Amino acid sequence: MSFFKKFKEKMLGSTPEAEETVSITNKFKEGLSKTRNQFTSKVNDLVAKYRKVDEDFFEELEEILLQADVGFETVTELMDSLRFEVQRKNIKNTSGIQSVISEKLVEIYNAGEDDVTELQLEESDLSVILFVGVNGVGKTTTIGKLAHRLKGEGKNVMLAAGDTFRAGAIEQLQVWGDRVGVEVIKQSEGSDPAAVMYDAVRAAKSRGVDVLICDTAGRLQNKVNLMNELEKIHRVISREIPNAPHEVLLALDATTGQNALVQAQTFKEVTNVTGIVLTKLDGTAKGGIVLAIRNKLHIPVKFVGLGEQMDDLQPFDAEKYVYGLFADGLDLEEAEEIESDK
Amino acid sequence: MAFEGLAERLQGTLQKIKGKGKISEADVKEMMREVRYALLEADVNLKVVKEFVKNVSDRAVGQDVMKSLTPGQQVVKIVKDELTELMGGEQSQISFSTRPPTVIMMVGLQGAGKTTTTGKLANVLRKKYNKKPLLVAADIYRPAAVQQLQTIGKQLSLPVFALGTDISPVEIVKQAIEQAKEEHHDVVIIDTAGRLHIDETLMQELKDIRAIKEPDEVFLVVDAMTGQDAVNVANNFNEAIGITGVVLTKLDGDTRGGAALSIRSVTQKPIKFVGMGEKMDALEPFHPERMASRILGMGDMMSLIEKAQANVDEERAKELEEKFRTQSFTFDDFLEQIGQVKQMGPLDEILKMLPGAGKIKGLENAKVDEKQMDRVEAIIYSMTTQEKTTPEILNGPRKKRIAKGSGTSIQDINRLLKQFEDMKKMMKQMTNMQQKGKKKMKMPGLDSLFK
Ligand SMILES: Nc1nc2c(ncn2[C@@H]2O[C@H](COP(=O)(O)OP(=O)(O)OP(=O)(O)O)[C@@H](O)[C@H]2O)c(=O)[nH]1
Ligand SMILES: Nc1nc2c(ncn2[C@@H]2O[C@H](COP(=O)(O)OP(=O)(O)OP(=O)(O)O)[C@@H](O)[C@H]2O)c(=O)[nH]1
Ligand SMILES: [Mg+2]
Ligand SMILES: [Mg+2]
Repeated sequence: MSFFKKFKEKMLGSTPEAEETVSITNKFKEGLSKTRNQFTSKVNDLVAKYRKVDEDFFEELEEILLQADVGFETVTELMDSLRFEVQRKNIKNTSGIQSVISEKLVEIYNAGEDDVTELQLEESDLSVILFVGVNGVGKTTTIGKLAHRLKGEGKNVMLAAGDTFRAGAIEQLQVWGDRVGVEVIKQSEGSDPAAVMYDAVRAAKSRGVDVLICDTAGRLQNKVNLMNELEKIHRVISREIPNAPHEVLLALDATTGQNALVQAQTFKEVTNVTGIVLTKLDGTAKGGIVLAIRNKLHIPVKFVGLGEQMDDLQPFDAEKYVYGLFADGLDLEEAEEIESDK
Repeated sequence: MAFEGLAERLQGTLQKIKGKGKISEADVKEMMREVRYALLEADVNLKVVKEFVKNVSDRAVGQDVMKSLTPGQQVVKIVKDELTELMGGEQSQISFSTRPPTVIMMVGLQGAGKTTTTGKLANVLRKKYNKKPLLVAADIYRPAAVQQLQTIGKQLSLPVFALGTDISPVEIVKQAIEQAKEEHHDVVIIDTAGRLHIDETLMQELKDIRAIKEPDEVFLVVDAMTGQDAVNVANNFNEAIGITGVVLTKLDGDTRGGAALSIRSVTQKPIKFVGMGEKMDALEPFHPERMASRILGMGDMMSLIEKAQANVDEERAKELEEKFRTQSFTFDDFLEQIGQVKQMGPLDEILKMLPGAGKIKGLENAKVDEKQMDRVEAIIYSMTTQEKTTPEILNGPRKKRIAKGSGTSIQDINRLLKQFEDMKKMMKQMTNMQQKGKKKMKMPGLDSLFK
């Protein structure tokens, strides 16, 4: 069954599971675009716009993906395998190609690996999640959202204020702690972040906490000193608990362009990143670079951030994401064309 | 990972053309493909890239690039000039009101760096313009945004106007401007909350703030790492509230910063400052030329100097200088130099960054062959210790042995020996000159390698 058919059935079915999917997808789509079109009409639009699979079609598709920050290399790779597939299957008109496109995109994303969005946490022992990333991408906010989510699952959560550098960072995390109703372990501004982590791990152990989430200061990946500091933070945590940190989540801003790939690579080298949270997807940017990151560095996206509120965090779903990536793009292009026709 | 500069990428095309003597329009087209790729990799918006490439192609063809002796360099130059021009001149001046207080609004997406830049800007205004700024905490949404600005105010010993988070930003700004008048603050800088350009409610809020007293500057704060979406952001903010300038933050990172070009070309508003760090003194004027080089991955003088300084150990440099002067520089020292040079990165790029390298006769065409460097290394590695310190003893049989050991030819070895002698001579001259001028030695011997 093609992806689109599967997806449509999931959407239009009326089982409780399907209804839940619809509401999450809506949130997702609302985040991704802000266009209020129904799913089915979007698909119809696609077919209507292109009847033939020709060079124009490929070119436009390529442009849409480039404008979603997927990056030249990945786009070229995709276009090559698409052209090949179209030839092989002798696809002439667009009704056949949509599923091929999304399948190929998901394929590029997955690169033969299973989709892993689940957090790998201990069943009955303390788990530690470390957040890392460049400045202002949404680490602290995501920690607030994730704490809320985990607490909702019945977990006993604690936060560690490891950003002792930026003005107001500790207060910001404390506000989130209060909102969610979880304890925040902190020291004064300017203290050693590794020492905060040490304290926090000790406190979490002694208080029987399930999940400790650690905030760190934003740092650009080319700052050697700051990356060394991060390595030390990581080391301190591992020393206290052998398997920790169980997850190292890299926050990536969806508005970021090609530099995100360098970010992912460097942070992975230093802290062994296990997953990505793609934030700010409620804007108009698509964060397409995550395709290349997964493909080249094998880091999966685990969550997406869809706003600034507590429940604006959703598990990542490659199929939905890929769909939003190009379906919206086509909509935008079309809207522009309609504008210029006037 | 594929972050080569344009000049490097053009090498491939140039290689093909080299034998042909002349380049055709098709060659220009192929080069333009490289330009397109380089710009896209640098995050310049696709539509902006298309238009840019079209303009440059027209210019390149019209200017008879084909007739020029160095078509490749010519194309790079045209691209860079065009880019620099598009970036606008240096415009870091700030407009002040004739009716104080001057009002400056900081706007932009979430996390772009507005609050930090508010502090940095206040610092510049006080230091450079002798102003008495008042910072206004008008972000009532982000957790602890007010505390963040207050902490910055404390660090700078500057007053912050705040009314908590229960009063509307519009009201806060109204009262702040009143207070500024009473207390004779001549500049008011408003830190607004980060917002999405498609959030109509919050964009309206900015319009309402704007309506209180016509701001003299509305700075759009943009993260230098922004990708394709920069055009949408800049366009929407500009259309909704009318920005007067742009601050590009986090340029201390290693992003190419193509967003600068995108923003500039959709808004036509000047980029006035760049953020170069998290600290309060890390705000600098925008340099269009440097930015153009950066986007094209050609580096710039500043970064070359920084690289050179980071790599050349001062002590060792002094030692070498002494060796040059006394002519006791050996092949071992030469090897070390090559190692250092290699550490600095792609040689073509470094050569391009060299001060006046383009003007040195014979150097403008220099194409640095990294393989050549490897060959040189191989030759030296095949020498005995004695040969390395006293190359004079190198006779026919010895040369033959070295050629065999290093997989090179006798001619290669002779060439290297000549270069080495030339370099020693030149270094002696240079160090003598420098001793007189008391200048620090940066990169001994680099240029002689490429002759
Ligand atoms: N629209 C939107 N805004 C977000 C999202 N996630 C975070 N933000 C906003 O982005 C801004 C920066 O978020 P922070 O959580 O402070 O980012 P950070 O990575 O901790 O920043 P530093 O600690 O300074 O490096 C805040 O204004 C957040 O409210 C999201 O998914 N959507
Ligand atoms: N390295 C570097 N970091 C910067 C620069 N400018 C700002 N930052 C950092 O970027 C992060 C976000 O800066 P803020 O000033 O809080 O950004 P903002 O636009 O006020 O964020 P919101 O109010 O949440 O929308 C912080 O960690 C800053 O320290 C810069 O030029 N270089
Ligand atoms: Mg933070
Ligand atoms: Mg702020």
